[in-house]
Amino acid sequence: MNGAWRMRIFFLAAAGFACLYFLAVRNLPPWGHYRGPYGDVMATSSVFQRHTTDVVNAIDYDYRGFDTLGEEFILFTSVLGVMLLLRDPEKNKGISRSGNMGQATRFGAAGSYAALLVFGLYMTTHGQLTPGGGFQGGVILATASMLIYIAEDFRVFKRITSHPIVEALDALGAAGYAAIGLSAFLFSAPFLTNWMPLGKTGDVFSSGTIAAISACVGLEVTAAFLMLGYTYLEEIVSETGEGG
Amino acid sequence: MIVFRYLILLLVGITALGVVRTRDTTCQVLALSFYGLLLAVMFFVFQAPDVALSQIAVGAVALPLMVMLALARMKHSSEQQKKKQEAK
Repeated sequence: MNGAWRMRIFFLAAAGFACLYFLAVRNLPPWGHYRGPYGDVMATSSVFQRHTTDVVNAIDYDYRGFDTLGEEFILFTSVLGVMLLLRDPEKNKGISRSGNMGQATRFGAAGSYAALLVFGLYMTTHGQLTPGGGFQGGVILATASMLIYIAEDFRVFKRITSHPIVEALDALGAAGYAAIGLSAFLFSAPFLTNWMPLGKTGDVFSSGTIAAISACVGLEVTAAFLMLGYTYLEEIVSETGEGG
Repeated sequence: MIVFRYLILLLVGITALGVVRTRDTTCQVLALSFYGLLLAVMFFVFQAPDVALSQIAVGAVALPLMVMLALARMKHSSEQQKKKQEAK
């Protein structure tokens, strides 16, 4: 098949797709005019029922907490799979220390690392009040640690992120979520019932189990992305033979 | 505000075209990362800050990282194959 025919078939298919797409989106409500009942119900009731000002996190960690538990374990098992396939303790034993970065780079990276750490912790602990929460905060905390690799070298990064404590924290975060869910059984309530004191709306220590689960998810995501980042970097470093 | 919405939609469209049109794979990953960031801005403009934060995490950080790894591996294995053929 030559190029001209290829283009003709492509434009035919693109035209057909454009028609179908136009038909599909023609009857969508305009932006901001939501038709379903659930969003409005949630937006009006969650502040009074759960004392959260961020409805998205109230749904994620409470009303539909069981779904999020499944999602958390998807992340947990996929990172476990990456570890099983790629991790090799004998890898990169002989990597020598590479040339130091300039003082300005190291100083800048250390400064931004501190700022990002504070921001990640803020994000993790304020999920019930403002947009954000455990997942986003965890990713910020984990990716901020890549600055160690930039400022120092791979050996320092390895010493910090391949520590057994990181693995333990990963498991602790994942288990903590399930444990909070199970703890509702002690009060003969259904799984993942929000039994903790709800506190004052707008306080950091409010919204009961939502804040606790958000912290657990933050722990798990931080540890999981740290291990993921380390394993991937190790793979690239050992393939290209560069020490950092 | 309505100007911002059209502007960001236009930018996302242009950047998506740019990602497809980039031929060099390493540059393409960087373009993809930038496209992920723009998508996050789009979510923010359309008043979905939670989704925007997740999009920054996944689209601008995690996805490019994985593609970079795959590229590094592929380059390495193709170089090894070349060496083997030269040895023969």
